[in-house]
Amino acid sequence: MELNSRVPSGDIESRWERAKFEMKLVNPANKRKYHVIVVGTGLAGGAAAATLAELGYNVKCFCFQDSPRRAHSIAAQGGINAAKNYQNDGDSIYRLFYDTVKGGDFRARESNVYRLAEISVNIIDQAVAQGVPFAREYGGTLANRSFGGAQVSRTFYARGQTGQQLLLGAYQALERQISLGKVDMHTRTEMLDLIVIDGKARGIVSRNLITGKLDMHMADAVILGTGGYGNVFYLSTNAKGSNTTAIWRAHKRGALFANPCFTQIHPTCIPVSGDYQSKLTLMSESLRNDGRIWVPKKAGDNRAPQSIPEDERDYYLEREYPSFGNLVPRDVASRAAKRMCDAGRGVGPTGLGVYLDFAESIQRLGKSAVAERYGNLFEMYERITGENPYELPMRIYPAIHYTMGGLWVDYQLQSTIPGLFVLGEANFSDHGANRLGASALMQGLADGYFVIPYTLGNYLASTKLDKVTSDHAAATAAKAEVTERIKKLLSIKGKRTVDSFHRELGKIIWDYCGMARNEKGLKEAIGKVRALKKEFWENVNVLGSGDELNQSLEKAGRVADFIELGELMCIDALDRKESCGGHFREEYQTPEGEAQRDDENYAYAAAWEYAGEGKEPILNKEPLTFDYVKPSQRSYK
Amino acid sequence: MKITLNVWRQASPVDAGRMVKYELDNVSEHMSFLEMLDVLNEQLIGKGELPVSFDHDCREGICGSCGFVINGVPHGPRRGTTVCQLHMREFKSGDELFLEPWRAAAFPVVKDLVVNRSAFDRIIQSGGFVSIPTGSAPDGNAIPVPKKDSDRAMSAATCIGCGACVAACPNASASLFTSAKVSHLGLLPQGQPERYDRAVKMVNQAKEEGFGGCTNIGLCEAVCPKNISLENIARMNRDFTVGAWTYREAAGEGGAA
Repeated sequence: MELNSRVPSGDIESRWERAKFEMKLVNPANKRKYHVIVVGTGLAGGAAAATLAELGYNVKCFCFQDSPRRAHSIAAQGGINAAKNYQNDGDSIYRLFYDTVKGGDFRARESNVYRLAEISVNIIDQAVAQGVPFAREYGGTLANRSFGGAQVSRTFYARGQTGQQLLLGAYQALERQISLGKVDMHTRTEMLDLIVIDGKARGIVSRNLITGKLDMHMADAVILGTGGYGNVFYLSTNAKGSNTTAIWRAHKRGALFANPCFTQIHPTCIPVSGDYQSKLTLMSESLRNDGRIWVPKKAGDNRAPQSIPEDERDYYLEREYPSFGNLVPRDVASRAAKRMCDAGRGVGPTGLGVYLDFAESIQRLGKSAVAERYGNLFEMYERITGENPYELPMRIYPAIHYTMGGLWVDYQLQSTIPGLFVLGEANFSDHGANRLGASALMQGLADGYFVIPYTLGNYLASTKLDKVTSDHAAATAAKAEVTERIKKLLSIKGKRTVDSFHRELGKIIWDYCGMARNEKGLKEAIGKVRALKKEFWENVNVLGSGDELNQSLEKAGRVADFIELGELMCIDALDRKESCGGHFREEYQTPEGEAQRDDENYAYAAAWEYAGEGKEPILNKEPLTFDYVKPSQRSYK
Repeated sequence: MKITLNVWRQASPVDAGRMVKYELDNVSEHMSFLEMLDVLNEQLIGKGELPVSFDHDCREGICGSCGFVINGVPHGPRRGTTVCQLHMREFKSGDELFLEPWRAAAFPVVKDLVVNRSAFDRIIQSGGFVSIPTGSAPDGNAIPVPKKDSDRAMSAATCIGCGACVAACPNASASLFTSAKVSHLGLLPQGQPERYDRAVKMVNQAKEEGFGGCTNIGLCEAVCPKNISLENIARMNRDFTVGAWTYREAAGEGGAA
């Protein structure tokens, strides 16, 4: 398959401007004639649904939660980047662009990243106007803080709840459109398949999670803002319901899946405490502004932290990366923590943890200043661990947090299925092999508020769309497949619960396709995942029926898709014989143990094509060129 | 730890529902309350019994999905904590706990501990927003906002819409929820143009949904996992009063009423 990224030519500074001018428009009266489906109500989907409805389109919007306000964007803590340069500290659109391309270890598409940096400033304006209560200085202006991978302060924040406040802004805009009758909102409704007619995305099959009713919804275009697939690891910082089903179903209908092995391990999460653990909790990266990370110098030193004297502590990030110190990017910080723990210097009951210590900041700034900045995070830590971080250093360990991979999209955010657009974390676009902190919120809102309104119009205005109804053969066939699958899941009545399969899958992927990967392990993992898939379909036990609220059934469908995606992740990781960003192949590292890229052979986005049940997926490559930010060995030393 | 659970089981909205007793051994103090229910559900499935349905998603106290009543207290005994963040170290071995869904006419039970809270969305739809279409915003620093106003607005805006306030209130009033949004937007310059109208519309919608009135009891504040202050209700009442007294139809041609 030929991948046309539709990147505009010319100077990078003028590409988006020109693309916008060249795009076809739909006049206001005609917008009312189009129907658009938006799946997902996080920052990307919620912002898109609200904005498209404001423009006049008829929007049908779906979320599996009981309210659009609960999408997982709500849990983002730290902040959102924008190149406002309000701090006069040398920031610019170009610098944000540069930092993001470098932070992504030169595996993102330059044009997309530049557009993202350009739009970042509009997002802040929009959010402020909606009433998002960003932190402010005493003079009334917006406050900023610094974040990993940057040497300027460009992160806007609302205490430790920036995602919540930005999402509520988008949610309120969406609810306004619902009240105006422009959005038909379907809560507690899950997308279970994509309907493709004559090669174009024309609708979805959904299941009402309360009644179990399956419906076909037809439209002129389908937009997915359904988030990432971090829950393939079972234990992650994602919400329990976050899943890959929408994008995986679309993948099986023809949308290519790009860079599935690019997953982000966040360095600062609360360590696992036992087998019953259901999720991992993130401690915002912003804590690294004032917290110092250390382990004992001596392996096996199990004294309490307060009895380890200063000169027997190793502040390893400050030692190894003096110019960025504790604020190195996430992939670098995570691997460093793993190295320390592998060397037997980890702390806490499991030895899988490092200290994040605020003693010095509390001394320098006072307890109340620290409480103002991070109070809610400290409380959360205390609730979960029973330890008081004002007195004892926090214990943290890396955990899966974000997935850079996702459905392949061109510059217009359209997948390889015409009429299927993919926004936010669900696509693969802007973060390359590693995402910088405070950039996910930026991307979700950029896509939803400021990109899709233009590119969707261009698609609709330049495409001939025949009228289709839900009695079209492709639609009824999709529904029949969904019906069959649900029947199958309910009829197996095996011996194992859905969760036990999910846990096993997560362990395989974490062990072999997690923070460090190698050829032998990945091959082994592929075999194990295939065996797990076979067992799942023979031995899973889903009780209850399909025509009621059945949370086990919901989970079963999602886990079945995670298993298939897990296999593709390993295949992708095996193919990429280099290390870059979050993808660390042990065979390819610098003498200092940093990721060793191979730009000659692997400067491409790997876009995988589904070839059918039991067949090897087909690799398609989108070559990546870097005309502005010259690829170099990333250094944060 | 050994915990005895009495859980409200109700198969559907029309089922009568009843308490069912379950015994759990080997509960770890490090488990969250929901992880304990996960363990219970795995055991139930193993025995061929239907697991307990309960709403949950982020499990870090921010999405607002989870929530049920533990021994009469919404979200359980620890102040300022959602049930997903409540850990078993708050309890002791031998404790007997009674779990029930939110009880309010405006929150009909869907199944077991799951209720329908869409009434909250409709309250927001009635006016809980600033009407600012995408693209029409001035520069973020064009309007300075005093830090103390912004901080107060933020405190109100941290409401997660879980519904505990309604469940705790003898009147099943949604005043704390509604007032948190009225305050959040009413305290900011961006929210001024629609401020009084918003208060009137949202209060009316809450009444429409079947939530009761506020009689200053304060249980809502006591159980709120985000410590939303009662002061917000005072602010809402003031804005409602101003809005009700100053209400005018939109102007006709030439400014006539």
